[in-house]
Amino acid sequence: MIRPTSISPVQIGLLGSLMVFLLVISCQKADSPDPDPGPGPTDPGGGGVVYKPTPVTLRQPANFPAMVYDLSQNPLTVEGVALGKTLFYDAQLSRDTTVSCGFCHQQFAGFGHSDHALSHGIGSQFGTRNVPGLQNLGWDREFFWDGGVTSLDELPIAPIQNPVEMDLKFSEALSRVQKSPKYPPMFQAAFGSDTVTTARFLKAISQFLLTLVSADSRYDKYVRKEAGSDLTSDELAGLTLFQQKCATCHATDLFTDKSYRNNGLPVSSINDQGRYRITLNESDRLKFKVPSLRNVEKTFPYMHDGRFTTLEQVIEHYRTGVQDSPTLDSALKPNGQLGISLTDTQKNQLVAFLKTLTDNTFISNRAFSPN
Amino acid sequence: MKATVTTGLLLIFVIGIAVLACTDTSTDPINTGKLRIAFDNVVSSSDLKLGTGTYQNAAGESFTITKFNYFISNIKLRKADGSEYTIPQDSSYFLIQEEKPASQTITLSKIPTGNYTGLSFMIGVDSARSLANISLRTGALDPALNDGMYWDWNSGYIFMKIEGTSPVAPAAQNNAFFYHIGGFGGGYNGKKTLNNLRTVALVFTDSGANVQTNATPSVRIVTDAMKIFNGSTKLSIAQHPSVMFDDYSPNIANNYAQMFSYDRTLATP
Repeated sequence: MIRPTSISPVQIGLLGSLMVFLLVISCQKADSPDPDPGPGPTDPGGGGVVYKPTPVTLRQPANFPAMVYDLSQNPLTVEGVALGKTLFYDAQLSRDTTVSCGFCHQQFAGFGHSDHALSHGIGSQFGTRNVPGLQNLGWDREFFWDGGVTSLDELPIAPIQNPVEMDLKFSEALSRVQKSPKYPPMFQAAFGSDTVTTARFLKAISQFLLTLVSADSRYDKYVRKEAGSDLTSDELAGLTLFQQKCATCHATDLFTDKSYRNNGLPVSSINDQGRYRITLNESDRLKFKVPSLRNVEKTFPYMHDGRFTTLEQVIEHYRTGVQDSPTLDSALKPNGQLGISLTDTQKNQLVAFLKTLTDNTFISNRAFSPN
Repeated sequence: MKATVTTGLLLIFVIGIAVLACTDTSTDPINTGKLRIAFDNVVSSSDLKLGTGTYQNAAGESFTITKFNYFISNIKLRKADGSEYTIPQDSSYFLIQEEKPASQTITLSKIPTGNYTGLSFMIGVDSARSLANISLRTGALDPALNDGMYWDWNSGYIFMKIEGTSPVAPAAQNNAFFYHIGGFGGGYNGKKTLNNLRTVALVFTDSGANVQTNATPSVRIVTDAMKIFNGSTKLSIAQHPSVMFDDYSPNIANNYAQMFSYDRTLATP
């Protein structure tokens, strides 16, 4: 005989818990393929290392406009930046393993290529344009002298594949990185996966490039009214002249309005048509992106083809060398008169001011140097 | 006994609730099936044979083809009543490559069942996806994986690439010709750059493609590469041995917009 029993409240409670538990586990979805850059912060991932990157807060200098780069799509981390820096200084990313990004973008030269008029790449070949300095890239919408690249995340593909720069197929670059013993653990630490993908590779380099914020020149300290930030009378006179005669194009404290302009350089034998190549618009012939002037003292030579080696030569061009053409910028032809009028004294004052844009903190920051 | 029955009933109830709870109410309750689209690349009436077939265009120039790739995207299926089903964006970009036979048949999944009587698609990659975050551009859209269908100097995809050789192409470029057509109509200062995106609409001229949960019809589309040469513009290899991102390229895009035709649908291959 089976003894009739009643169900105790404890049993009901246990069954209730069981029900809730079953409901909860039954609703859990299998992990969907993670959208880059990686799975959640507690996911152990493939390498057995717990993925817990340390966030990096990117500086927004008080005298800068708002940043353009969407950091929410690529949150900066210590591990991501470190990976990006390692890639930036890795010559494996060139066909014959001789040229890294840092080969042409030298920190002491404001990340330009010191004393090289035209980019100097693999096998001592030369490109057709001057290596631009790198800084404050999070504030840029378009890249290169002609603005052909429209996302920082896509920028590295061009120099890696360019036959006269690093000359390596992008897929081969990714494959070399995947095969290298040092990188998979770094990808694991940065993105929670040791698989090298296009997006992770490019976003890591972006992370490093975004940290290259230059905002501590003597000029910056002066405009932010920081201690010990006085400018000399010549430098101040140069600043006033700059604001009157140069700031139309070299606007804001980024010192560029990001536009493309023909600044009246005589066309060289390279016959570079500049922005026209990207837009195919006749009115864009001979136009180039207005470069920032930050660290300009260090980024010589100057202009898209590096034709000038000194700041004095640059100012002399604007004073006496501007050549007329259908697309010449109207700011260089005020009242039908070509160029910008400046006295010799004013020219010197302007040069004195431009040198206040040198950011020695940036140029010597060990965080940006090869390990 | 009573306890056992009660416990049993409760367990059944729990399992029932658990099963019900698993039903994802966000998915469409409509039945779905699959549809295949097979692209058959030809040159006029001949099969396309990379490197070996010799063909002649309307300008009287003989040529061989060594590479032929194109992007198909933004596919929409149409029913007889005019209603349309748009393939979700994330699974609607395909790179068809003559040198990779597997790429020439694409399979569309989760298609609502029914009889489809036509389709439309874009040749190329729309501007939104061309400018999307790099993490969203995987597979055929990954610049490392798409066999050079991407311009790194002028960010964007190459929509159609055909290369080959011809005696009339310049000796200085090894008698090779190159047509790399792209340009998604990017904007700058309120002006637009080249837009070579083209949309193709085809009618299934027979009984159509009947998608069922247990029947996967295969739609055969013939792609005639000769139309790239012989369209509203008669493309001469001698006069234009290399066309890439330049003002002549829309002529070629207009020509290849006409290269697709519906052949037939195989019910269940």
